[in-house]
Amino acid sequence: MRLSYPSEIKVLQVPCTGRVDILHLLKAIEDGADGVYVAGCLEGECHYLTGNIKTKKKVTYVKQLLEEIGMEPDRVEMYNLSSAQGGRFAEIAREMTEKIRQLGPTPIKN
Amino acid sequence: MIVADRKPLTEILKMIEAEKKILIVGCKGCVTVCNTGGLKEVEILAASLGIARKKENSALTIDTTIIERQCDNEYVAQLSETVNDYDAVLSMACGVGPQFLSEAYPDQKFFPAVNTTFYGGAVAHGIWEERCAGCGTCIIHDFEGLCPIARCAKSLLHGPCGGSSQTKCEINPDTQCIWDLIVSKKMELGKLDDLLGVRELRDWRSARDGGPRRSIREELTQ
Repeated sequence: MRLSYPSEIKVLQVPCTGRVDILHLLKAIEDGADGVYVAGCLEGECHYLTGNIKTKKKVTYVKQLLEEIGMEPDRVEMYNLSSAQGGRFAEIAREMTEKIRQLGPTPIKN
Repeated sequence: MIVADRKPLTEILKMIEAEKKILIVGCKGCVTVCNTGGLKEVEILAASLGIARKKENSALTIDTTIIERQCDNEYVAQLSETVNDYDAVLSMACGVGPQFLSEAYPDQKFFPAVNTTFYGGAVAHGIWEERCAGCGTCIIHDFEGLCPIARCAKSLLHGPCGGSSQTKCEINPDTQCIWDLIVSKKMELGKLDDLLGVRELRDWRSARDGGPRRSIREELTQ
């Protein structure tokens, strides 16, 4: 398909989104990422049954933490798509990049 | 186990607003089991506080550690070499932890990062419920293993009261009326007559009403 998506995005692969931890998301923000999103399988289609559902809750928790300290919770997001949806992957990447661009750079100063 | 909840981040940030270098100490006891003050939660708190302070451009150096139990002086002593290198220390143990730490290191400031709530257990993953009030005189055998002291809002010994409705307690529609459960269980076992007797007045001095308590086991003292 040779689809392109914004070059600002750094992709980190994990075997299942269930492996993504609260700390991974927080550390990314702490280290200066403008935003972080998790791209998991469609709900109900996790190979490990509930990995994506569990991580959805972790993402919600991180959003709450950010809100508590006065940071935009939208800087962290969870998306669901199947591995066959290349087009959707590129679309999500553009969508998230645009959302973060509107929020502006991270207020974190390292 | 003792169950606790992390304090709101805003409250913790307020406690340490003047500090530049802090230590967060977790505990491998109860608060690890209830996922409030174990190693993972210590790291999450450190990252959250780090983000909050970096956002305000007020850098905060945070170190983290965990000890076996903050309620035992032999483990508290393990912090002796480092504890005074910080402006303040946040304890993620139950209320016992920061007190033991304060007693052991009187020159340091210790802040509680959690609110200690109750003695209970996990009824499902991520859900804890109160089961014991630490009243000092256990009587659960009289009630088929259900504690009316901890689990009845009024700690009634001759329940249920008029606030019991459709198996629930009037204080909250999600709270089970324990007296409804006790009566149901007694009926199921054909032991309803057990509840006909009038219990003697209870001596509450064994509970918190008698003041701070102490337990001495002569065979263990040195």
